[in-house]
Amino acid sequence: MPNQEVFSWLRTRFFPHIWCPGCGHGIIMHALLRALVTLQKKKSQTVIASGIGCSSRMAGYIDACTVHTTHGRSLGFATGIKLAKPELTVIDVMGDGDCTAIGGNHFIHACRRNIDITAIVMNNNIYGMTGGQASPTTPAGSMATTTPYGAIDPSFDICKLAEGAGAAYVARSTIANPKQAEQFILNGIQKKGFSVVEILTHCHTTFGRKNNRRTPIDNVNYFKNNSVPLAKAKDMSPEELAGKIVTGEFVNKDVPEYTEQYLALIENVRGK
Amino acid sequence: MHDVAFWQGNEAIAYGSLAAGCRFFGGYPITPSSEIAEIMAVELPKLNGRFIQMEDEIAGIAATIGGSIAGMKSLTATSGPGFSLKQENLGLAYMAEIPIVVVDVMRGGPSTGLPTKAAQQDVMQARWGTHGDHGTICYAPASVQECYEVAVKAFNSAERYRQPVLIMSDEIIGHMREKVLVPKIDSSKLVERKRPTDIPEKFVPYRPDPKDDLPCMASFGDGYTWHITGLTHNEWGFPTNNADEIEKKMKRLMRKIDRFRDDIVEYETVSVDDAAVLVLAYGSVARSSLRAVHEARTRGIKAGFFRPVTLWPFPDKELEKLARKVKTIIVPELNCGQMVLEVERAVHGKAKVVAYSLVNGELFKPEEILAVIEEVA
Repeated sequence: MPNQEVFSWLRTRFFPHIWCPGCGHGIIMHALLRALVTLQKKKSQTVIASGIGCSSRMAGYIDACTVHTTHGRSLGFATGIKLAKPELTVIDVMGDGDCTAIGGNHFIHACRRNIDITAIVMNNNIYGMTGGQASPTTPAGSMATTTPYGAIDPSFDICKLAEGAGAAYVARSTIANPKQAEQFILNGIQKKGFSVVEILTHCHTTFGRKNNRRTPIDNVNYFKNNSVPLAKAKDMSPEELAGKIVTGEFVNKDVPEYTEQYLALIENVRGK
Repeated sequence: MHDVAFWQGNEAIAYGSLAAGCRFFGGYPITPSSEIAEIMAVELPKLNGRFIQMEDEIAGIAATIGGSIAGMKSLTATSGPGFSLKQENLGLAYMAEIPIVVVDVMRGGPSTGLPTKAAQQDVMQARWGTHGDHGTICYAPASVQECYEVAVKAFNSAERYRQPVLIMSDEIIGHMREKVLVPKIDSSKLVERKRPTDIPEKFVPYRPDPKDDLPCMASFGDGYTWHITGLTHNEWGFPTNNADEIEKKMKRLMRKIDRFRDDIVEYETVSVDDAAVLVLAYGSVARSSLRAVHEARTRGIKAGFFRPVTLWPFPDKELEKLARKVKTIIVPELNCGQMVLEVERAVHGKAKVVAYSLVNGELFKPEEILAVIEEVA
């Protein structure tokens, strides 16, 4: 049970939620809400945008200004809202398919534009809501309903993608380390610019069932046993890192933010 | 009081939108609509508005809907293939009842088709492009002057009826330069969306006013918290699988246009009182059609002219009335016969309907239409 302050951010009228018992998404929502409470955000000044998928239902469960959009397109909506009202805190919650497949183009351009939005990517390596099809982050060799003989596509590294495209803040954690996930979300929201927080979560119902991680605790243990903090990973060889989840803050840099630049442009144009 | 301008249709739509209070543009460049984006890029910052060139057409309309959610009157503009790309998010705007204006400066298709040549091949996409049912409000300007005027009307309709409103222009109208008498827009004539008067705790975002079936709309950041979704939703904006709630939502989406149909429909007629042959045309084709009708009259043929200004709602009742009097209705179109289906539906067999298609990238010459009038007269 969350504390009262966190609880007040939930739309209990909307419950029960659609997530399967044991799903990792609830841990991420809790981490996000704790971060919002810590930062003393106002609900009416906080926007949660989402795309389509299990993860993207999160927007509906949070009592704020929430918009559940089309598959992969949430960053476009969030960008419009942020540009129109830069004073709002805008958070975009996405799944791995939402972010890197159908929304891949929007994702890299949001990183490039460096608009002050925090993207929380819930990566469970699978399309859960549609029944367990392969996503761009499904590890090669893994089983999915659309890769019945094992995936042969190489998978995306979301954090490297975000770093390469120019995001101001990039970090990765797992649901086995909720305090760290909360801290990264908090840092991302505070960062002026586009922040990407990837949180490894699990879909024991689809991915786990086909890949020998059938229970929630199997997955939590998997994350615990296979996570490597960034500092430690720096001294490890690529062979040692194979199959490991490197966690930590990869990027935290100051780069010009989009809405600030646009408002400065307005001032400049109107001053003349 | 008028100012006089010498504009292209695309410029007139941009300036008309600004006059209507548009303060947000999200889009992606595409011929032959790009001038609209270019002008908005220049003008919006001067008005403390926002212009953003997105990474594609899909993101362009997504940002536009976002701008409207945050309280700004918002516009996007595109052409043929871009209009196809926008359909998914257009559907979300219908379902979530977000006012925006979408301009399609039509070019030849299908696919990349004829980027620099006019066509009217997207008119059925305007009505049925997005999956699912919804009412449609769609204007088709036939002059540069009218581009300015329908831009204002489109924003007013979008705000009043809380849904996307389309302007189906075409390459000829978009790039043609004409004298425009720019009216001073009286701000009292501009429609603003209904804002909630309830306190935030009592706000039910999709509860319609029984008087007009229209819910009021809070902007994000205005002190209200609410949920927007493309899923079929109840009055709270929450997704629903309840049959009663689903039907209520869908019926209201249709009804809010149906019941105000007479307020929205616009059309123009010339020489119809004693007409035996009627030419029905819209957009650029209306120009050569009207010329042909005038010419036919000088030759003693009782020709008349009917121009839907709103393609949807279609002026069907008005046309049916005329169809009882005329013998034949000729429908010249820059497509293989799209709006002619709507004409046939409207006249219920009361007049003979003749389709006249042109899809070679050229324009109708008045004498070509005249020849058809003479043939059927």
